[in-house]
Formats: sequence, structure tokens, C-alpha cells
Amino acid sequence: MDYDVVIVGAGPAGLAAAIRLKQLCDREKRELSVCVVEKGAEVGSHILSGNVFEPRSLTELFPDWKKQGAPVEIPVSEDKFWLLSSKHAIPLPSPFRNHGNYVISLSQLVRWLGTKAEELGVEIYPGFSASEVLYDDNRVVGIATNDMGIAKNGCKKSTFQKGMELRGRLTLLAEGCRGYLSEEVIRKYQLRKQSGAQHQTYALGIKEVWEVEESKHRPGFVLHTVGWPLNTKTYGGSFLYHMANRQVAVGLVVALDYQNPYLSPYEEYQRFKQHPSIRPMLEGGKVVQYGARTLNEGGFQSIPKTVFPGGALIGCSAGFVNVPKIKGAHTAMKSGLLAAETAFEQLSKGSEPAKLDSYWERLQNSWIWDELNAARNIRPAFHYGLLPGLAVSAFEHYISKGKLPYTLKHGRPDHLSTEVSKKHKPIDYPKPDGVISFDLLTSLYRSNTNHEHDQPSHLLLRDPSIPEKVNLIDYAGLESRYCPARVYEYIPDENEKLTLQINAQNCLHCKACDIKDPPQNIKWTTPEGAGGPGYSIM
Amino acid sequence: MSMNPFCEIAVEEALRIKEAGRASEVVVVSMGGEQCVETIRTGLAMGADRGLHVITQDSSSLFPLAVAKLLQALVSSEQPRLLLLGKQAIDDDCNQTGQMVAGLLGWPQATFASKVSISDDKESVCVEREVDGGIETIQLQLPAVVTADLRLNTPRYATLPNIMKAKKKSIQRVTPEELNVVIGSDLEVLEVTEPPKRKAGVMVASVDELLDKLKNEARVF
Repeated sequence: MDYDVVIVGAGPAGLAAAIRLKQLCDREKRELSVCVVEKGAEVGSHILSGNVFEPRSLTELFPDWKKQGAPVEIPVSEDKFWLLSSKHAIPLPSPFRNHGNYVISLSQLVRWLGTKAEELGVEIYPGFSASEVLYDDNRVVGIATNDMGIAKNGCKKSTFQKGMELRGRLTLLAEGCRGYLSEEVIRKYQLRKQSGAQHQTYALGIKEVWEVEESKHRPGFVLHTVGWPLNTKTYGGSFLYHMANRQVAVGLVVALDYQNPYLSPYEEYQRFKQHPSIRPMLEGGKVVQYGARTLNEGGFQSIPKTVFPGGALIGCSAGFVNVPKIKGAHTAMKSGLLAAETAFEQLSKGSEPAKLDSYWERLQNSWIWDELNAARNIRPAFHYGLLPGLAVSAFEHYISKGKLPYTLKHGRPDHLSTEVSKKHKPIDYPKPDGVISFDLLTSLYRSNTNHEHDQPSHLLLRDPSIPEKVNLIDYAGLESRYCPARVYEYIPDENEKLTLQINAQNCLHCKACDIKDPPQNIKWTTPEGAGGPGYSIM
Repeated sequence: MSMNPFCEIAVEEALRIKEAGRASEVVVVSMGGEQCVETIRTGLAMGADRGLHVITQDSSSLFPLAVAKLLQALVSSEQPRLLLLGKQAIDDDCNQTGQMVAGLLGWPQATFASKVSISDDKESVCVEREVDGGIETIQLQLPAVVTADLRLNTPRYATLPNIMKAKKKSIQRVTPEELNVVIGSDLEVLEVTEPPKRKAGVMVASVDELLDKLKNEARVF
């Protein structure tokens, strides 16, 4: 199948790009075929985000989005920021300026964008995983979806269907944070080296959406906390946002450069909910959905060159999250718009092969660049600890705004930041009470995650002996603690020896294992399409 | 991509019957709001020839009897020789529609099918049914109603080229009024409750105490 533009990932960036291409086609009376492949069962199934949304890119895409019924309805009404200790919540001045922003479900917004894209003639195919980049003489010429109907033992089942090649004159990778094909392309074309960027750094976000009692619902209420339950060496914080329909989004984000292999982001989140100032906000309510996803924290210092022969990286596949603002949807969409505008120009000219080089220039001249540049020193300052971090953030935020000619560097990559387990003690996490805090499998059920059971595991080990030789011995089997889906378990075998069991069916596609595994032995690959979580309100 | 699993099995069986040369056309039907269109498209992408969408204001008033009456009306205009349904929907678990429509039409029915074979002369169908005691094999004159159970087949994946082709296949829309069927709310949902939470177990000190509790509290005997 041949298209003018093939886009991998029906998220904010991918759909913004697809929509903009079709809008330009309508305006300039040209025809371009645009295809979007999405590994989730539906558009929006794999979308998870806080989310306090800055509508600037949506307004660029659809100036009349309000009239068109975009699910962006609850303006931020209160903006609170607390420093937590185990018993207290100390209000601090809010570093955010959320006036004019909205509390939304990004999954819902993306679903809406999907319908708009289809109305404009974009072909969207959910349920298909792009598993391979197609090259022709060092140029990306498209992608291939993976074969479906292969059994666990590798044999073809009766339902076997060979994957399809989707070729495009241009290919845009919009897979989100730590995209499978994006990482391959970044390595192949040395895109970080080309831009002089540092490595990317990440955080893992664990989130629930609760339905609370009417009396507790304050639409537009936005709360962020730092401090407890995380210690001063672990970067992260929580969020609690009141959406429409008595729904409250709440979660904890933990930076993946944490050092203690006994840390479990999931258990930290469960603990957080029991804080005396947080618990009352949720009591009497019930959990509607659960999920987890990693996000980029590298900011400006980690942006790779976003253009390669035959295509470009857009959205979180490149990494445009403004970490201090904790917003990335607006920059993701803007990058999609810029790539689409460049692609349209190039494809209309008809010069083959089409080149997206000016997209890289447009990025550097856009507000994405200004915004990320101004915020660049804040996250790296936390490498020195919570208090120095807060001090530098305050200085940067209120006074220097990134204008001083210094750029702090990131510390070691996340996978090298974990210390060996003998330097740490196991953390005694409280048992779930089943009312506010829950055991992981109960939560996992609320993510609607599932995969066709009879397929090869999509989580590959480069060396199958390493988990027992290295992870278990040196790091106390840390993957069994950071995975928010209990994919990794160390179980005694017939000889009572602990061996790694991979429950690939549970996977939430968060990519934490691909990022955090100290020997970088775990490789996340795409499972059969339509597997994974089923988020609708995340 | 959210077709009721038993219906998916029914669609797959219909496609296999057509591919074996025993049928000339497979028509997929769904009833309800706009979401039905996606479900019908999935059926078309699997290989069905055309779709029929009975549009109703909201799907919650479509209890099995209403669906059966609508199917009866469609059958009189479409004149199919075989009506294949999933044995039940996984939202209400009613397991009634197939049986009711067979009753309304006066057609023979074979429910919980685990194997379906149309005869060479296409006048009858032999069905193996999964029943409590084992497998029952019956033969029915066509036209007939068959409802699909889990082990009947494994549905095929809708491939990307077929999904693309399906966008061009036709879906005819029709309302209950056009079919002369009045959808009444013959059922009223009074209450939906979760099952009671399991109470903690009680430790008993002796066999006598156990027997006493079994007799007087649990009333087992």
C-alpha cells in the first residue's frame, strides 16, 4: 500500500499532523493520501496523560474547537501546590500559570481528533502495530505492520495474516515517549549526536481516574505536590485534577533516575493516597480506570535531530515535554503541525525524494524552542537534591527564565542510576486497604489491558541468563517492582531457584522496562495489534 | 473493533459457509446507535458482502424480544436461508434472541452450535450442539436459526487491505418504523447491584460447632 504520508501513532502529534495535511490539501486544492497506523484497539486506547491542557496548538489547528465540540470544557479554577511531609501539607506559591488552561482527558481529546481526522479523509487503522521500518538505500520508505496469528512457539496459527507494508513518500514517527521504531531510527541515523543532544531522561507516571461524591467535586481544581512519599534524592511529584462528571484524575510521577532498586513507583502512589490531606478527597469515591506511562524529562538538552532521510520524529518520540510546566501535549501537537506544513510544501513541489530538513529549522524558530529553552535548567537542578532543585527552579522561574548563559547537564542515564541492592534496604510498603489503596492486580484489571494470549512474548531479553545473573543478584530483581503491570515476577522453579517469569499479557506499554533495566537487556517490541490497555478517560 | 465475541464467531462461520460454496451472500446486521456502524464495518472487513443497520435512538431499549421482532421483519424482506447469531451478548448474557426469533418465524433452531454443516443439496443443516450432557447432533430443514458457541471456530483477523475495501461496501440504514415494528419497553430495569461482598470466614473450635453452624446458620441441612 502506497501513501503520500504514513504516520505511526494516532496520538496528539500524529493526528495534528494528519489533520493539518488534509486542511492544507483542502485549502490549496491538492490531494495527498495520509495513513495513520495505531497499535491500540481504538484511537485513544493507549493515551494517558495528567492532563492540564494548554489549548494554544488546538486553537492553531481548529480556531473554532469550542464550537466544534472538542472535549475541552473545564477551565482550571484553582491551582494549588503543596510540599508534603508524612503528616502535613504545606502550601507553597504555585509555580504554574494555569489561567486559560483546561482540565481534560487526553484520551477523550485524541478520540475527538480521530473523528475529525477521518472526516477530513485521513485513513486511520487502529489495531495495527508498526513493527518494522522499511529502508531503501539508507532512506526510510515506510513501515511494515507485524504478522498476526503467530503462536507462542513461533508457528503460524490458522488465523495467520502476514503483516503489511505501508510505504510513504514521507514517514512521520509519532509513537510517544520511547517509541519502538523511533529509538531504532535515532540510533541508526545518530540523531542525538547530530544535534549535540544529551541522552533522554524519563519518569514513570501512575494514574487513576476516580469518580467522587458530588459534595467533593470541584471542577477545575488543580493540585500538585512534591516531597513525601518520595525522599529528597528522588525526583517526582503528584497531581490531582478535577475533571467533568465528578471525575478526578490523580497520580504520581517518579523520575526513573531513582537509586533504590527496592523502590516501587506503584506502591509509592498507593502510599501517597493515604496522606491525611489527600485521602479525604478520594474517600467515598470509586476508581474508574488505572494506567501508567513513561514520559520524557530531558527537555531541551535531549532533543535529537528530528529529521532523517525519508521522514521525521514528532511529539514525544522526539521529546518536547516542558518538564517544569509538566505539559507536553501542546508542544507535541505543534511539532505535528510544523512537520505537516513542511511535508505539504515538499510533496507539493514534487521533488523526489522529498526532504523534511526545513522542519528542523522551523522547530528551532518556533515557540516550542523558546519555551523549552527557557525551562531547560530546572529539571537538571534536582540532580543535586530536592532543596537545591526547588531553589534553582524558583530562581529560574521568577528571575532568570533561562536567559543566563549556562545549561545544566543531566546526570547519568536512568538505567545507570540504580545503585546495587546491598546499598539499600527493602521498603516496607503498607498493605492496600481496598478502599483508597489497592493491590496491583486489582488496579491492572481497571486498565482493560489484554493481549492475545497465544503469541510470542513481545518483551525480549537480549541475553536470557542476565535477569538471574545480574538483575536478581545485584538489584534484587528491580523490574518486579517498577513494572506497573506485574509483567516481571521472580518465581521459584522446580528446584526452588528463583527464575524470571514474563507475563507479557499484562503489559501496559509504558516502556519503563526498556528504559530502566540496568544492563539494558530488556527490549520492548510491539505485540500484535489491538493488544494493550483500553484507556477511555485517561 | 468491539463486536460481541459470539457474534464474531457467527460471522466467521457464515464466511466459511460462503467460501465452501454453500451460500451466495453474507449480510451482517446490527441494531442500535452510531457505534453499530463500526461493528458492521468490522464484519464487512472480515469478508461480509453488505451491512444492514437498524437505527434506534438508544441501544438500552433493545431487549431481546425487540431485536427478535426486528429480525423477523428483516427476514421477511431479505429472505435468508440461514440466520446465524452469537448465542448471547456479553453485556446482558440473555441468551434469548436466537430462540425468540426462531419462535416468531416458526423456523427450526439449533443453539450453542460447535459444528455446522450445510447439506450438499442446501436443503438442510446438521448441527452439533454443546449441551449439559455432552454433544447433541441434530439436523434441521432450512431455513433455520443457528446460534454460535465458543468452540465453533476461531474468527479471522480483519486484514488491513480488507478494512480498506470494507469502507466501500454498502451499509443500508433502516428504522424500526420503516419495518413496522414497535419497540416497546417490555422490560424495566429496577435495580442493578453488585453481588454482596464475601464475608470473612469464621474459625470454629470443634466439629460439633461446625455441624451446628452448618445446620442452624448456613441451613445446609
